[in-house]
Amino acid sequence: MAPSIVTLFLWMIVPLVMTLYFSVTHYNLMQPGEAGFAGLENFQYFITDPDFWPSVAHTLQLLGSVIVITVVLGIGLAVLVNEPFPGQGIVRVLLISPFFVMPTVNALLWKHMMMNPIYGVMAHVWQFFGLTPIDWMTDFPLLSIIIMLSWQWLPFACLIFITSLQSLDREQMDAAGMDGANGFDKFYYLVLPHMARSIAVVVMIEMIFLLSVFAEIFTTTGGGPGNDSTNLAFLIFKQALMNFDVGVASAGALFAVILANIASVFLVKLVGKNLD
Amino acid sequence: MMKKVPFPLWRTVFAWGIALFLFFPLFWVGITAFKTEGQAIAGHLFFSPTLASFAEVQERSNYLLFARNSLITSLGSTILGILIAVPAAYAMAFFPTKRTRDILLWMLSTKMMPAVGALMPVYVMAQTVGMLDSLTALVIVFTLSNLPIMVWMLFSAFKEVPKDILEAVRLDGATVWEEFRWVIMPLTMGGIASTGLLCLVLSWNEAFWALTLTSANAGTLASLIASYSSPEGLFWAKLSAASLMAIGPIIVFGWFSQKQLVQGLTFGAVK
Repeated sequence: MAPSIVTLFLWMIVPLVMTLYFSVTHYNLMQPGEAGFAGLENFQYFITDPDFWPSVAHTLQLLGSVIVITVVLGIGLAVLVNEPFPGQGIVRVLLISPFFVMPTVNALLWKHMMMNPIYGVMAHVWQFFGLTPIDWMTDFPLLSIIIMLSWQWLPFACLIFITSLQSLDREQMDAAGMDGANGFDKFYYLVLPHMARSIAVVVMIEMIFLLSVFAEIFTTTGGGPGNDSTNLAFLIFKQALMNFDVGVASAGALFAVILANIASVFLVKLVGKNLD
Repeated sequence: MMKKVPFPLWRTVFAWGIALFLFFPLFWVGITAFKTEGQAIAGHLFFSPTLASFAEVQERSNYLLFARNSLITSLGSTILGILIAVPAAYAMAFFPTKRTRDILLWMLSTKMMPAVGALMPVYVMAQTVGMLDSLTALVIVFTLSNLPIMVWMLFSAFKEVPKDILEAVRLDGATVWEEFRWVIMPLTMGGIASTGLLCLVLSWNEAFWALTLTSANAGTLASLIASYSSPEGLFWAKLSAASLMAIGPIIVFGWFSQKQLVQGLTFGAVK
């Protein structure tokens, strides 16, 4: 048993150690002559990059918006479809489908067929109402990506909440109703506390996947226009694969690790209790 | 008992409306795949369907090879992942130490690091052992990137096994394997199954490593789609056909397994 944990630990620590090593080394694929110990230069370079703080801000905006949107709408939707109604099974199946769509397909489908300013479905809808179609990718790049990600993660949140609602104590709800509690009271004092743990789980899982969003940005806006939709993951990618600077990219990766660890402190506060 | 209040019609309509709204983009991809390029851009709802785009995708980029690779890597990484994650979760759930909780959370936090941060080390390692563009490398990387979540899901499933049963079994002199095979496995089959299902879905949809570690031989469907990302004239019907072929299998699979999948994803938060 212990060996399997050690294996697990080793397999995860080796890339981290290598990243750490690269981050203090001069290592640029375009300048093979330059090598050797770099100290903290790579870190300084990465953090003084004018794109650095905007990309941190975008990472957090993306994370925050998608989590708020999916949790709020997810709860609403879960409450709506929780009681049996005609076609509940089919509605459930339709609702969960976007969760299984791979990021590259998600991105291309929204970019071209939904959000294209001339031929896209949304452009047709805007025209139908007499409005000027929006050029989503150019004018609202970050919002576009937030829409794509929310579309993908809403089904997930919703289904977890439905599962949680199904274990709600019905008799307690009925009793509260007889005591004169209205819909809002019941929701606020009974339903919401009951769902607290599943909300924590949804926030945690989404945090894991949203902090490192990459494919959606790579295939749609390419981080632009300018740096308007560049997040930390994409900035590191640019350093690694467009500037061929392994050292700086590794320094950036360590910043991402630090960000991830700050996030995990919140995580412990949020769901740590569920582990015991 | 109070009589159940009948579900009002407006809620039924509303629920259906939202479900159809959220499903619409996929529906649109579905029908665009059967259009000609001209019809695809015109955006009509009614047209005479054609299979031309599918044939073209298969001809231009050998869909079946990519589909085979996707299947092998998803199944391979799921099986390998379960084999590693089960013992680890077993140890953590049944022989916890003070550090167990920290290790679990630390493992999850490594998942928050963008994959690109590990790109160079992984690339260099794969190159050193000559495994670039090989299915083996993809299986290993997919497994590793899924492990934290798998271990945690299994951990929460194992946590639910009553301690008394285990103690009784151990007193009767059962070996670790017997204990696992005849007591823990039957009790936690649901959790193990949903862990496997999630791993399958995540590996099938993984795009970053599939794009960076493969070229001609080991590409998966996610990398096939990326090759349709640059507009070359009219390409929506072909893009839709390729997309439909890439997401179709996993969506249908998801439809059938969704209840099982969601149950395990609640990480023990829903009793």
